[in-house]
Amino acid sequence: MSDLTLPTQEAPPPSGLAAMVKHARYVIGENPITGLAFALFVLIMLAALIGPTIVPHDPLASDTAVALKPPTAAHWFGTDQLGRDVFSRVVVATRLDFIIAVFSVALVFLIGGLAGVAAGFFGGWTDRIVSRIADTIMAFPLFVLAMGIVAALGNTVTNIVIATAIVNFPLYVRVARAEANVRREAGFVQAARLSGNGEFRILLSQILPNIMPIMMVQISLTMGYAILNAAGLSFIGLGVKPPMPEWGIMVAEGATNIISGEWWIALFPGLALMIAVFCFNLLGDGLRDIVDPQRRT
Amino acid sequence: MLATLGKRLVTVIPTLIGVIIVTFLLTRVLPGDPAVYFAGPAATPESIAEIRKSLGLDRPLPEQFAHYVNDLAHGNFGSSLSTGRPVATEITSRLPASAELTLVGLILSLAIAVPLGILAAVKQGSWIDHACRIVATGGVSLPVFFTGLLLVYAFYYLLGWAPAPIGRLDAFSSAPAQVTGFYLIDSLIALDFETFRASLSQLILPAFTLGIFSLAPIARMTRASMLAVLASDFVRTARASGLNDRTVIITYAFRNAMLPVVTTLGMVFSFLLGANVLVEKVFAWPGIGSYAVEALLQSDFAPVQGFVLAMAVLYVTLNLLIDIMYGVIDPRVRLEG
Repeated sequence: MSDLTLPTQEAPPPSGLAAMVKHARYVIGENPITGLAFALFVLIMLAALIGPTIVPHDPLASDTAVALKPPTAAHWFGTDQLGRDVFSRVVVATRLDFIIAVFSVALVFLIGGLAGVAAGFFGGWTDRIVSRIADTIMAFPLFVLAMGIVAALGNTVTNIVIATAIVNFPLYVRVARAEANVRREAGFVQAARLSGNGEFRILLSQILPNIMPIMMVQISLTMGYAILNAAGLSFIGLGVKPPMPEWGIMVAEGATNIISGEWWIALFPGLALMIAVFCFNLLGDGLRDIVDPQRRT
Repeated sequence: MLATLGKRLVTVIPTLIGVIIVTFLLTRVLPGDPAVYFAGPAATPESIAEIRKSLGLDRPLPEQFAHYVNDLAHGNFGSSLSTGRPVATEITSRLPASAELTLVGLILSLAIAVPLGILAAVKQGSWIDHACRIVATGGVSLPVFFTGLLLVYAFYYLLGWAPAPIGRLDAFSSAPAQVTGFYLIDSLIALDFETFRASLSQLILPAFTLGIFSLAPIARMTRASMLAVLASDFVRTARASGLNDRTVIITYAFRNAMLPVVTTLGMVFSFLLGANVLVEKVFAWPGIGSYAVEALLQSDFAPVQGFVLAMAVLYVTLNLLIDIMYGVIDPRVRLEG
């Protein structure tokens, strides 16, 4: 994305890509945890891409003869109450959880990002309407609103994606609006205006590329929340239908067994969920350090 | 102060109107015909039309909205399809259970996160600072339902210290006479220490689960805002004047660092009220969250709508209280308002 960082008034590195890579290497060297997060990310991507073809067992095949067995060499993560292999199910579930998160974040990035940029750049009524919608969404506890949306739209995976996107809308609007607002009278915008570009064209060709780095950070920071939100919804029985493997619903399936001591059914999908969210949060922090060194904590 | 309060109350009105419009739209505009749904699978087109008429769904949308607002004004949230009981009664009777859980969770979390954040800022770079950072990053990554299950496994199954996760009281205790609806307070009023102990032991794990979840933002914000204040001139002056560490940190720095922390509480409440639903499901807690989840699974929409509205109103009220707290903590806000 670095080719999109046109030199702005406040962007310090003039030498572009090389400086960016150097800075990235410096940040990773300074903070090896970001490196670890990146390794985890590669692992998650691999599981999502080729997981279903490499798992040792069919994630849907039940075998009651080996039901509720603790982890063994044949079943690394044990088996659940129907004798399905927990390891295979956890790996295969990666793709679904990842897809839900990616699609919901992409959706909110498109809608929330554009609405926010327009609100910050045009001001006036556009700003008032967009901000009012964002404020109204923020008036709800976000998970509760997501529940209500899925309940109203219908209990499907698509609607989980939509609900997760809607509850993230105010966050994207807020960031994009603030970033567009400080640039609306910037020198390069006025130059573009003077050369006869229309306002809408300036918005798309000047403002949007300039706020991309900040928006990328926002994306990776909200990926973790999107995964948590979707898993929470499927934990209470919304969206994903059994026997489809998904982390949230697998934890829910293992919840009844944990009281009688069969910990592995809920533990491994829960751990996978935790690691994925942790990885995205760390990546988001690391990415923010690279893009916006002033906000380092 | 009263004038400020009045002004702030006026700003709540558009928010509440927005909330009511959204909860109304959730049922009426979105795809899926409620009449078909209420009529059940064996419905004929005539019976669907009949139901549509009786529900007022054949009227224009603004008229339906007026009806909805009128019902709300009379405290009528509709009735549950499966139990037939009015949603408003059910929510009011279950609200104390959720409120007690959320409040105890928040208190636990504040009691841990605020001192942790202060210590991390005062001893920057020490092991406690690193511990704070791990808590802050780890806490936001933990799915709250998963933490709850881990705690149940450790403290109920392995150690046997906690009772089974089956709600507010075990089978041998009976609920104390209702005064506040909070079992901890009611049992103390009734001087029934046995019930107090029983309800506390049921409460501690779910409250702790919620507490862990909200630790991270509070600890992170306390640390950051303490660091900013400790580096300021007036703290340097206080130190130079020979005040001891305790006075400088508690009286001078902490009071000034509290404002951003209180701001964070707004976001924390949004998290807590959502997480509450998941924790109630894990611990079979008979609050409004588990009521909504049961209704959701039976596609019973009136309770869900009532629940979403009640939660939003509660959240707006909490944010209002937080704003009022600013004035108490920081006199400058009072003057400017």
